[in-house]
Amino acid sequence: MEQVYLHFPILQVLIPLLLAPICVLVGRSTFSWLITFFGSVSSLVIAISLLHSVSDGSSISYHIGGWPPPIGIEYVVDSANAFLLVLVSGISTVVLLYARDQIKLEIDEENHTLFYTCYLLCLTGLLGVLITGDVFNVFVFLEISSLSTYVLVAQGAKRDKRALKAAFNYLIMGTVGATFFVIGVGFIYMATGTLNMFDIYERINDLESSRTVRASYAFIVIGMGLKLAMFPMHLWMPGAYTYAPTVVTTFLSATATKVSLYVLIRFTFSVFHFDFNFIEQVFKFLVMPLAIIAMFAMSFVAIFQKDIKRMLAYSSIAQIGYMLLGVSLLSSEGLTATFVNLFNHGITKATLFMSLGVLTLYSGKSFLSDVQGLGKKMPWISASFLIGGLSLVGIPGTAGFISKWLLVQATIEAGVPILALLIILSSLLAIVYIWKVIEHLYFMEPHSELASQKVSFRILIPLWILSISCLYWGFDTSLTVGTSDIAANNLFNNVIKLN
Amino acid sequence: MIFEHNFIMGHLNYWLFIMLMMTGLFIVISRGNLIKKIVGLNIFQTSVFMFYISIGKVAGGTAPIFPMDMNINPSILYSNPLPHVLILTAIVVGIATTALGLALIVRIREAYGTIEDEEISLIEADEQKLETQSQLA
Repeated sequence: MEQVYLHFPILQVLIPLLLAPICVLVGRSTFSWLITFFGSVSSLVIAISLLHSVSDGSSISYHIGGWPPPIGIEYVVDSANAFLLVLVSGISTVVLLYARDQIKLEIDEENHTLFYTCYLLCLTGLLGVLITGDVFNVFVFLEISSLSTYVLVAQGAKRDKRALKAAFNYLIMGTVGATFFVIGVGFIYMATGTLNMFDIYERINDLESSRTVRASYAFIVIGMGLKLAMFPMHLWMPGAYTYAPTVVTTFLSATATKVSLYVLIRFTFSVFHFDFNFIEQVFKFLVMPLAIIAMFAMSFVAIFQKDIKRMLAYSSIAQIGYMLLGVSLLSSEGLTATFVNLFNHGITKATLFMSLGVLTLYSGKSFLSDVQGLGKKMPWISASFLIGGLSLVGIPGTAGFISKWLLVQATIEAGVPILALLIILSSLLAIVYIWKVIEHLYFMEPHSELASQKVSFRILIPLWILSISCLYWGFDTSLTVGTSDIAANNLFNNVIKLN
Repeated sequence: MIFEHNFIMGHLNYWLFIMLMMTGLFIVISRGNLIKKIVGLNIFQTSVFMFYISIGKVAGGTAPIFPMDMNINPSILYSNPLPHVLILTAIVVGIATTALGLALIVRIREAYGTIEDEEISLIEADEQKLETQSQLA
């Protein structure tokens, strides 16, 4: 057993990767769901045990094939990525619990096994991006997850053909982003001659004025900005989230953009030095203003959406603004707030999209008038949407409050209280659009043709796991804030304490 | 200094890389035909492959192949093979992206009957109008 434990970092990625082709070979819907679920649960177990072993702030280094870094590829687990590994595999497991019934309605039977295969590959890619300590490896895993994501988004074509065009747009923008990222990696390699993150960190020390290093950072910021839907580069996102099958939207909204943001953070703090003058300027003059514009403009756009899925997609872009704002303070507190926000927003958005998916399970459309009056017909599901909505706004007692509170605190400690005011003001906009949905749910008469709809327990259980965790992490912050604090401190001081 | 012959010829690979990259990116942005977009994307990616391969070259270096008897003469200068290996992976990713893009175009053509961006937008706008009408009704 001791031996297996030592190989957990590679098994984290390997299990879903190897299960994916098995899914294709099996070729049956139920069986491949079981395999996918097994893969996801084992990832979750591994992720939790990894988080447990690095919870004291230490980190694990795994040498692939026994080749020590910097020659070989290294996998590094520290509290920052272990925390996100738990989020990604946890969300994936919960989403899968509910995926079966939803997928039966949204995707043709013959595509089910391929759907689960792509889902596993997407999970593999996301976990790989998080765990790897090699900059080129990040690109490979990023593309594994992105390519399978494009396929998953296109699966929405059975309900709405616009999913195809959305997937195509996503493909073009995602590939441009990834290629920019590779150019950046190429420039780092030119400047330092190594691909290992921590080796680069040491060698890049006296290269602050090197134009190659600056260009490489610029390419990486733009590339990742495209992938994480940083404000002016978000155009793929509303379409992809609106037309993708609800299962896919739920999974992606909680994981994909978060992982890209993690890459940006990791590169800023563990590959480059965040105290480089040009990096400070990038965040001060580019990322921070864009984040603030995103917070307001995108929340404002969300208010006028008729389609709730699209509304939530715009709200995601606004929330990414909060996360980027936390990073752009370039302080340990800001980073902590961002990590907590990554986790809490992941859960919150997953709750919202999942409950919306169940509310519109049979109609298949997610316009405001489609959920009219469902508050009385489907009280449990509407209640979980309500919880998610409150958490998104940041009402005390929910997970969303904790992340907003930490962010406000971080801005005050950074000496820019005006930002705290802006955060609160933009949260008011979130109240407006969430209220519009709540109003339709609870204060309008239902359409008469809607018969009362039975929803099985298989759907209710995962939904309520998410809703309760939205509330739970609003009270018990020892895991979220504690881990984020250690993670942020490690990144900030670049402490790599190997076991 | 920038117009010196040595500077221009010494950075030839970068000039070519920048030219190809801009060509590709321009096609992706400016063309409305979806297949042309994919072609532009390919040119864009190829420019990056060229960039990587050219930075592996060491001036005066030979092909990085050790002799059969592994009797290595330390005075021989070898080119750097690592960027080439990296780019093999990137080429595979590029092919997968192209294949997926083309497959999506086939599906788009089946669903919309066209592969021109503008026409697709018109069809989508019509659909949106119908949707809002049914919402009002």
